[in-house]
Amino acid sequence: MSTAYRLNVAGVSKRFGSLQVLDNINLQVAPSETVCLLGPSGSGKSTLLRCINWLERPDSGRVLIDGQTIGVTGGVVMNDRALAAMRTRIGMVFQHFALWPHLTVLQNVMEAPLHVLRRPDQEVRAEAEALLRRVGLFDKRDAFPARLSGGQKQRVGIARALAMKPSLMLFDEPTSALDPELVGEVLAVMRDLAQEGMTMVIVTHEMAFARDVASRVVFMDRGSVVETGTPEAFFTSPSTERARQFLLRYGSASSF
Amino acid sequence: MHDFAIVWSERSLLLSGLANTVVLTVLASIGAFALGAMLCPLLMRQERAVAWAAHAFVDGFRCTPFLLFAYLVYYGLPTVGISFDSWGAGLFALVLYHTAYVAEILRGAWAAQPKAPVEAGHAFGFRGFGLWRRIVMPPLLLAAGPVLGNQVIQIVKDSAFLTVIALPELTHAANSIQSRHYVPFAALLTALLLYWALCLVVEAGVAAVGRMAEARR
Repeated sequence: MSTAYRLNVAGVSKRFGSLQVLDNINLQVAPSETVCLLGPSGSGKSTLLRCINWLERPDSGRVLIDGQTIGVTGGVVMNDRALAAMRTRIGMVFQHFALWPHLTVLQNVMEAPLHVLRRPDQEVRAEAEALLRRVGLFDKRDAFPARLSGGQKQRVGIARALAMKPSLMLFDEPTSALDPELVGEVLAVMRDLAQEGMTMVIVTHEMAFARDVASRVVFMDRGSVVETGTPEAFFTSPSTERARQFLLRYGSASSF
Repeated sequence: MHDFAIVWSERSLLLSGLANTVVLTVLASIGAFALGAMLCPLLMRQERAVAWAAHAFVDGFRCTPFLLFAYLVYYGLPTVGISFDSWGAGLFALVLYHTAYVAEILRGAWAAQPKAPVEAGHAFGFRGFGLWRRIVMPPLLLAAGPVLGNQVIQIVKDSAFLTVIALPELTHAANSIQSRHYVPFAALLTALLLYWALCLVVEAGVAAVGRMAEARR
């Protein structure tokens, strides 16, 4: 059964000291689904995302990518090489971009396919250039990240993740660090990806985007999944009081 | 300026001294950098004993006069059964001494670097040496470039002390010329100018690294 899911988060818990950040989280994502994780700050959304590719190690529970458990094999923590190999299948886009500052835009996109996947240079270059055209940054290919606007940096971040041809993409508040007028250009790229059938898990505070693009919305609060459902159902008639409260506070964008 | 003519007539000795100083500096810089880059992570280890030992090494050398250390290696170590020729002793002393400084320089630069790009490296499947070489080190070197350049200049100058263990470097050559012909001012001033020229070359390299860093800032 579980192999039908692209991503299966099974009973994941995580504590930071005395704080229970994630409490027995279960989340299944089918191929081509776009799942938006919503919830107030500190609800554990980003930690959950980081547990999926083991940037944070869950205290208990399992995360399966295409049916294969990440981080653990035969009951013990997997070695570096095996973990790194699994991570290559999961693209990640960071809140603060996390581009490699010493490399140009094109080199940022080519770096991991060349030096992790060890694919041939010409092929990787052609694909990277195509990806940069697609996110509208081909002209900036020889610029260093420091010379780009936030929106441009994040589009490079998305191209960099796509260059690995991941089976799953994780977005950790991809527009939270952007000036309001730059949010649209990043969301437009993500909307395209969703329409093309990329499997995506997105932590976001962009309610209008979630309502419009998500195939499913997962609402988290205080380390638990409180409610999950279609965007229509969640935004028009949330079934829990906590979700109602949340939408009252953040939901102004859901009015259009 | 008859004295400078005498120095000129001994130019081959002086140039071979300069060549030896350059060789010493290059080898010691490479060695100190390689070992310093390996020592740096130990300074930041969680295990108390490891970090303490690494800090003790760094602090120990920071408080040791280089001349004394060179004497210790060349004259002291043979009494406990470890002996070097003057080249071996000189290189060993330069490398070990400057390793401590390089490790501390890199630790400081590391602490000032944002952690997110390294995390992205992990997320994209980099690990181990590849992560270190391709993701961690390049921004660190760009940031620490000017300070590491100063350290190379320090190596150039410390190499002059090795004249006391009869290593035929530039100071040793100049000293031989001045004592042979009694032209101390001309011989020593010429050597000084050659040291200065060497440092200008190092500084040009540092400036090039600085321009690369500036383009990325």
